[in-house]
Amino acid sequence: MSRFVYVARGVAWRSIHNTLVNPAILIPSIVFPLFFLIAFAGGLSRISDVPNFHYAPGYTSFQFVFVFLQSAAFGGVFTGFAVARDFDSGFARRLLLSAPRRSGIIAGYTLGALLRWALTGTVVTIAALIAGMNVDGNGVQLIGLLGLGIGMNLVAALWAVGLAMFLRTEQAGAVIQMPVFVLLFLAPVYVPLTLLTGWVHDVADLNPVTPVLEAGRGLLAGSPVKVAIAFTGLAVAAIVLSAFARRGLASAERAG
Amino acid sequence: MAAEMAVGGAYVPLTPRAKVIEQTLAIARRAVVRTTRQRALIIFPMIFPLILFAINGSALSTATHIPGFPTHNYRDFLIAMPFVQGAMFVSINAGVDLARDIESGFLNRLSMTPVRGEALLVGQLGGALVLGVVQAIVYLLVGLASGVTLVSGVGGALVLLFLAILISFAFASLGILLALRFGTGEAVQGIFPLLFVTIFLSSASLPRNLIKATWFREVATYNPVSYLLEALRSLVITGWNAQALELGFGFALALLVIALGLAGMAMKSRLTRT
Repeated sequence: MSRFVYVARGVAWRSIHNTLVNPAILIPSIVFPLFFLIAFAGGLSRISDVPNFHYAPGYTSFQFVFVFLQSAAFGGVFTGFAVARDFDSGFARRLLLSAPRRSGIIAGYTLGALLRWALTGTVVTIAALIAGMNVDGNGVQLIGLLGLGIGMNLVAALWAVGLAMFLRTEQAGAVIQMPVFVLLFLAPVYVPLTLLTGWVHDVADLNPVTPVLEAGRGLLAGSPVKVAIAFTGLAVAAIVLSAFARRGLASAERAG
Repeated sequence: MAAEMAVGGAYVPLTPRAKVIEQTLAIARRAVVRTTRQRALIIFPMIFPLILFAINGSALSTATHIPGFPTHNYRDFLIAMPFVQGAMFVSINAGVDLARDIESGFLNRLSMTPVRGEALLVGQLGGALVLGVVQAIVYLLVGLASGVTLVSGVGGALVLLFLAILISFAFASLGILLALRFGTGEAVQGIFPLLFVTIFLSSASLPRNLIKATWFREVATYNPVSYLLEALRSLVITGWNAQALELGFGFALALLVIALGLAGMAMKSRLTRT
């Protein structure tokens, strides 16, 4: 086994183990998306009665895609918190000393984020199905939606892990999550882009999360739109943020 | 802390009541100084509800097209939300500050002094009160600057501020109770998602009569947070609605009395244990 895989596997295992055995970490990461789903799909379902709102599978499905992608993004963000916590406790410094191939650390945390989201995403999907979500997309289209979630999780994890390695303190939590939160909520969360008005429409139009969200909703509805744009955007973001995370690791190495 | 005061050159002992007031003021001063020194703890809780207000105020503006929606400006409807969200952040700050005192042993050391439990309890809330006042004023000013109009006028604005501060104080008491019960900042922060969820399960985004899902409407009806929001909102949208205000003030006072009462008992037990 290469040293890279050895390190990545160890870090990923520790990340998922810590999540599963610590309710204070596990519960919020599951509960938050669930409550967003309940609040948006349940509490705001009347929004679908707004003139010109057309989404064939219904409002629960419309909101599910947002919550699904949001949970993917926050699976990555929460992993950034874990990295910051590891630096605060001194574990990360020992890890840097002992890892035979340090780039495996980033891969391990990223893989941990994915495994963590696999649990949250499954719970959210089951909850949405119980709540009456309609699925009009076929198998390939649903795999496409899953791919968007994985891409979102990867991008958010690389951002969060990289920034946590630059800042190396738990106090960085707000700085890590705020941009992700704002980007997500500046997308067409409650209504389609065409129904947004004012500055939110202009911002959502430029927001890179918008095509991902629209593609996800299109795939779930069985009428794909902007899928290539969404995947290209995620791939570009992943490449850029990989470099960012690598620089974060280098910064942590220099700090000792 | 002086237990005596000079009267005409001679020192006379303070009455028990004066001692409690003096102790409360000293602890409150410490809480206020500590809160104002932690700028990150002030700025983030204040900004976060404003970001949500700015985004949702525009993103959900189409909701005003729903027949029966009580106003044409969604921001008028939404402005109540930052006040309650901010109050929840205040509760966590108050709880975490006290939990830190418990974890660092400061409360243990205080228990060796003549400081009374009630002085400790009320004094600890001083920082939260200052934060609640500042937040309420900022939210009102931002709301007015973004085009929110208060049908109830200047008097309504004052009542709104008073109610918002009362809600902050009530939630801060809850934070203090949680800190005394659990004793760690991590546990207090872990409760935060559950507090936050009560906003999402209320009439925060739509009026209760316009919520389509029956189960959600019922949850919102049984959720006291709905009445806190509706009381604040009534001053903006409908003017002087006695029923909404009675319910809002009633639930805020009930939370304050229950949380403070339970916190008082928890404080006694913690001081005895230590």
